[in-house]
Amino acid sequence: MSKSNFTRRGLLKTGAVTGAGLAMPTIFTSGAMAFTNEPTGDTVTFGFNVPQTGPYADEGLDELRAQELAIEHINGMGDGGMLNTFSSKALGGDGIMGKKAAFVTGDTQTKSDAARASAKSMIEKDGVVMINGGSSSGVAVAVQGLCQEAGIIFMAGLTHSNDTTGKDRKANGFRHFFNAYMSGAALAPVLKNAYGTDRRAYHLTADYTWGWTQQESIQSATEALGWETVNNVMTPVGAGDFSSYITPVLNSGADVLILNHYGGDMINSLTQAVQFGLRDAQANGKNFEIVVPLYSELMAAGAGENIKGVYGSMNWNWQLTDPGTQAFVKSFGEKYGRPPSNSAHTCYVQTLLYADAVTRAGSFNPCAVAEALEGFEFDGMGNGPVLYRAEDHQCFKDVLVMKGADNPTTEYDTLEIVEQTPVSQVTYEPNHPMFGGDEASLGECNDGA
Amino acid sequence: MDAIILQILNGLDKGSAYALIALGLTLIFGTLGVVNFAHGALFMIGAFVAVTLQRVFSLSYDQVDPTKTDFLGNPLVVQIPYIESWFGPEVGHWLMDWSVPLAIIAAIPVMLIVGFVMERGLIKHFYKRPHADQILVTFGLAIVLQELVKYFFGANPIQTGAPDAFAGSMDFGVLLGFDPNVIIYPYWRLVYFGFAALVLGGVFAFLQFTTFGMVVRAGMADRETVGLLGINIDRRFTLMFGLAAAVAGMAGVMYTPILAPNYHMGMDFLVLSFVVVVVGGMGSLPGAVAAGFLLGILQSFASMNEIKSLIPGIDQVIIYLVAILILLTRPRGLLGRAGVMED
Repeated sequence: MSKSNFTRRGLLKTGAVTGAGLAMPTIFTSGAMAFTNEPTGDTVTFGFNVPQTGPYADEGLDELRAQELAIEHINGMGDGGMLNTFSSKALGGDGIMGKKAAFVTGDTQTKSDAARASAKSMIEKDGVVMINGGSSSGVAVAVQGLCQEAGIIFMAGLTHSNDTTGKDRKANGFRHFFNAYMSGAALAPVLKNAYGTDRRAYHLTADYTWGWTQQESIQSATEALGWETVNNVMTPVGAGDFSSYITPVLNSGADVLILNHYGGDMINSLTQAVQFGLRDAQANGKNFEIVVPLYSELMAAGAGENIKGVYGSMNWNWQLTDPGTQAFVKSFGEKYGRPPSNSAHTCYVQTLLYADAVTRAGSFNPCAVAEALEGFEFDGMGNGPVLYRAEDHQCFKDVLVMKGADNPTTEYDTLEIVEQTPVSQVTYEPNHPMFGGDEASLGECNDGA
Repeated sequence: MDAIILQILNGLDKGSAYALIALGLTLIFGTLGVVNFAHGALFMIGAFVAVTLQRVFSLSYDQVDPTKTDFLGNPLVVQIPYIESWFGPEVGHWLMDWSVPLAIIAAIPVMLIVGFVMERGLIKHFYKRPHADQILVTFGLAIVLQELVKYFFGANPIQTGAPDAFAGSMDFGVLLGFDPNVIIYPYWRLVYFGFAALVLGGVFAFLQFTTFGMVVRAGMADRETVGLLGINIDRRFTLMFGLAAAVAGMAGVMYTPILAPNYHMGMDFLVLSFVVVVVGGMGSLPGAVAAGFLLGILQSFASMNEIKSLIPGIDQVIIYLVAILILLTRPRGLLGRAGVMED
């Protein structure tokens, strides 16, 4: 007579342990892999986390277009775009280390919690090795933190806050886009030439991380010129009607209004400032002026005629004449019938840079990739030579000072390039006080092993 | 003093929009007993009627300009609006310039139809359901409508300007004896205030001085008795739903030069307008209007630097603080009636 070893208690224990093991996210069970989401098949998957709904959905759509184009070029389809002009020749148009590049997408909704949830899902369920995209600094900082914990690389999209590569910098995070300090440093000399050194500025600032660092940066840059800061008023994000904040400006003694707003807020605040007659007003014996430190093409189109003659800055613009820009604009324009935005450009470049770094490192291990990106110098992707600085993972390159065009011929040339500010003018120390000072640290690279 | 006058003007302007939306909300609640969370979406649809008309006027045919090139270096394709070639450049330009006021004419029938379809197609099935069900279904409807608008028009705000004749600002201070350029206010915002006063006055006159209005008011007071008199009160209430939709739509049309229309503008206004209705007293038309202007003005004053420096963030919470205060002292709102939402 045989005796079974199974007992009710034993079965329950075994079931509980097995269930817990199955339920545990793959992110915590990567012990079998050398690093998180090590690609084992013949494809490698990227996660493109962009706003597909919410107020920046149009910008997210443009980022997705560029990311899809980058995947095509990596896999040898299309005309190759910037791969033809990129100074590194590691990528041969045959995928990445023999694997075909694929992608999945997530919707950030321009909300930090939603962005983290979609990124987490792509890491755990889709096994992505890299996350790229986004149109908000709040989202970028949140997703960058998640990627650091998970042990994958984050190639940031549009994020302009100093904090992304400042006090919130991470070893697994990399930013190609410029930042608020660079905007201030690039704009200041142009503003000095246009409006002189005896000016009084009034700031309206979006009340979140990007707005704070943008305002701090432009205030510092303009005060260095000799400008006086009359007031800085925080405005709620998505306020819609800014009339209550604009009406005090005219009688404040200021003669310049600096709008530290982005997206729909910038469109509304600029339009309403013009409606309240600020562009036609005189103050302190001078013409009243408006400055918008950060521009995007989609915002400029939304603001219409109100943007004429208003100075701002951009990371990149399709009207540049360097071969890399021309190659990208041709690829993108022929595929989608429109020129790319600067958020599309940064996502495209970041995707290629990641693929190139993997190939140069000879590994998908995030720490090997990070090492390949740190201190990497390249050219042929617009804005001249670029350095991915090792100390903070921030790209350093020329910055564009823009102005609302007086006579645009189409909806795409509402902005014109005033100056390509050389990189030397916008470079700062890694321990700059606006970037977290001496306490800011990348921490240790995490490969999730 | 000039700062106070400017903030009163700002408050009247904001209050106008709140009052117009809240009037419709409370009208629907008073007649049909429905808490319509899709009412903000009607405001948004009205704004997009103006956008649509602007786009219709801008419908163009392509003409190649060999002297210019596009971003790919190909000959530039210039778009010539049909209305300019049909009616001449001057008339064509005038029509596009005046597209917002002209959109009012288009908005009235469009909004009446939208309101009718919304009420007959969906909301009438929820008359006898709890308010929570009504809120859920109308909130869901609002989300569907805003996603539809986003699908067709995109997520970015769309600039829809006032006619050139109203593009500038008026030196309002000179009229009050101030120095020139001290109190400057945009013409269009003054137009909006006048428009709101006209519409509010029209709705009140309609309800007060017409037989139809008298029956509706009687139905709001005692629906059953009016029904027993052989009057089809339901049909009249359906028409009132259409009227409320038309008011919200017209408010949206006229607001487009102030706030570039976007798909979520309705939701932004809905929450504030709902607070306005509660503060004014559910179902009270004069209460909605009074609370709209009161809260608009308070919100503007709370945005003043002097106030914000004393209490940071007060501009974002003032409406809700006042709502709490009023509901604590007057649970039925400023002009609310007994028995409304108290069953």
